[in-house]
Amino acid sequence: MSENGKPKLKLAVYWGAACGGCCVSVLDVHEKLFTVVENADLVFWPIALDIKYKDVEEMPDGHIDVTLFNGAVRNSENEHLAKLLRQKTKVLVAYGSCSHMGGIPGLANFSSKDEIFRRAYFDSESTINPEKITPQPHFEIPQGVLEIPVFYNDVRSLGQVVDVDYYLPGCPPQTERLVEVFLAIVTGAQLPPKGSVIGALSKSQCDECKRKKSDNKLVKEFKRPVDIIDDGETCFLEQGVICMGPATRGGCGVRCIEGNAPCRGCYGPPPDVLDPGAKMLSAIATMIDANTPEEVERIVATIDDPAGTFYRFSLPGSILRRKVLV
Amino acid sequence: MSFNPKIVAFLCNWCSYTGADLAGTSRMKYASNIRIIRVMCSGRVEPTFVLKAFSEGADGVIILGCHPGDCHYHEGNYKCLRRFHLMKKYFNQMGLEDGRLRLEWISASEGKQFAELVNEFTTQITELGPCKVKENIETLA
Repeated sequence: MSENGKPKLKLAVYWGAACGGCCVSVLDVHEKLFTVVENADLVFWPIALDIKYKDVEEMPDGHIDVTLFNGAVRNSENEHLAKLLRQKTKVLVAYGSCSHMGGIPGLANFSSKDEIFRRAYFDSESTINPEKITPQPHFEIPQGVLEIPVFYNDVRSLGQVVDVDYYLPGCPPQTERLVEVFLAIVTGAQLPPKGSVIGALSKSQCDECKRKKSDNKLVKEFKRPVDIIDDGETCFLEQGVICMGPATRGGCGVRCIEGNAPCRGCYGPPPDVLDPGAKMLSAIATMIDANTPEEVERIVATIDDPAGTFYRFSLPGSILRRKVLV
Repeated sequence: MSFNPKIVAFLCNWCSYTGADLAGTSRMKYASNIRIIRVMCSGRVEPTFVLKAFSEGADGVIILGCHPGDCHYHEGNYKCLRRFHLMKKYFNQMGLEDGRLRLEWISASEGKQFAELVNEFTTQITELGPCKVKENIETLA
């Protein structure tokens, strides 16, 4: 029971294939954590609390009110916990870019499991593995059987594995947005329809960005941020630097751009966009100042890595989902 | 069993679709593998359309527009040209064969060229074999 007499919310935070930054962003609520603890019991949070998977398995279905699931689904452990938490949770929130559209771990979809294992366990310069040992999900030793999770061929977003109630994007999500969403749940405010992206705007980054923009965005060459001396006030695209602003949802407070770095697209696409990278590809192509195939090719060649740039946070969530395997 | 490719074609309303119409009214014969989608301009063809076609089982996609300088909207076909080259680079990174996506110009009077192009592209895709995109998406995990 909380002090105001209402039953406390049961809150869980879990990480799949993630870097840990999302969990830290939850801690970034600072002193507001006391408001959280007044209104909620943290029942499961591997980074902060020693609660075992079997404790979660023993909870009745729908026991947890809100779960913030961050990280993508990369292996069988991630998938098991995603399904388990879905069963035990009333409101499952995909928290952060990785659970939203695959995020940075999703870039592994440019390779197959075999390629990743070959690189990690045989080919990398710092690896010495003469016996060619690779991880085995089941391994028998005299004392019994050791088990580790099965590494999947593909990275998937949370929504591709289980039914998700809300998506809260960002790498990591801005803590202020989390607090807003949490307070909305605590106060019982009207929640948006299931499946919505919350804690973000429906307009693009450009709508919030304060840099000077003109209609002329034509360029003869695309540049990397290190190749220009940024004047601090002109639109990055007009300076020839690829900024994901046009195909990215606002809501983060344009922090990267305010810090003089182009947007990388962690907040995902605006509403009703099927494929964020394709939208960006479309926008960037209109900037190419050329009318002949040869000149267009030359300018396109100055974009080093279109797939990795336009789908930096969204490869598993895109239409093709992964590199085609032959 | 011989491979019968599925080809999605985006034709601009003003030149290429009229050119295809001319091929039809002139009773020219060409491969029936092509599924024509009329768009107002080749500049209307978003990369999303092309990706969606491949993800739903197309083996090849061809975009046809007015010849350079002839666009009904002045420069829609140039916009298409720019997107096409960037899309090709993206497809290369994604492991899709180069020949599966093509951009050509067909004017309203080029019915014969249209029929020949369709036959040639169908042969090209038949040689490449079935596209693996849809199968890849379906067998994820």
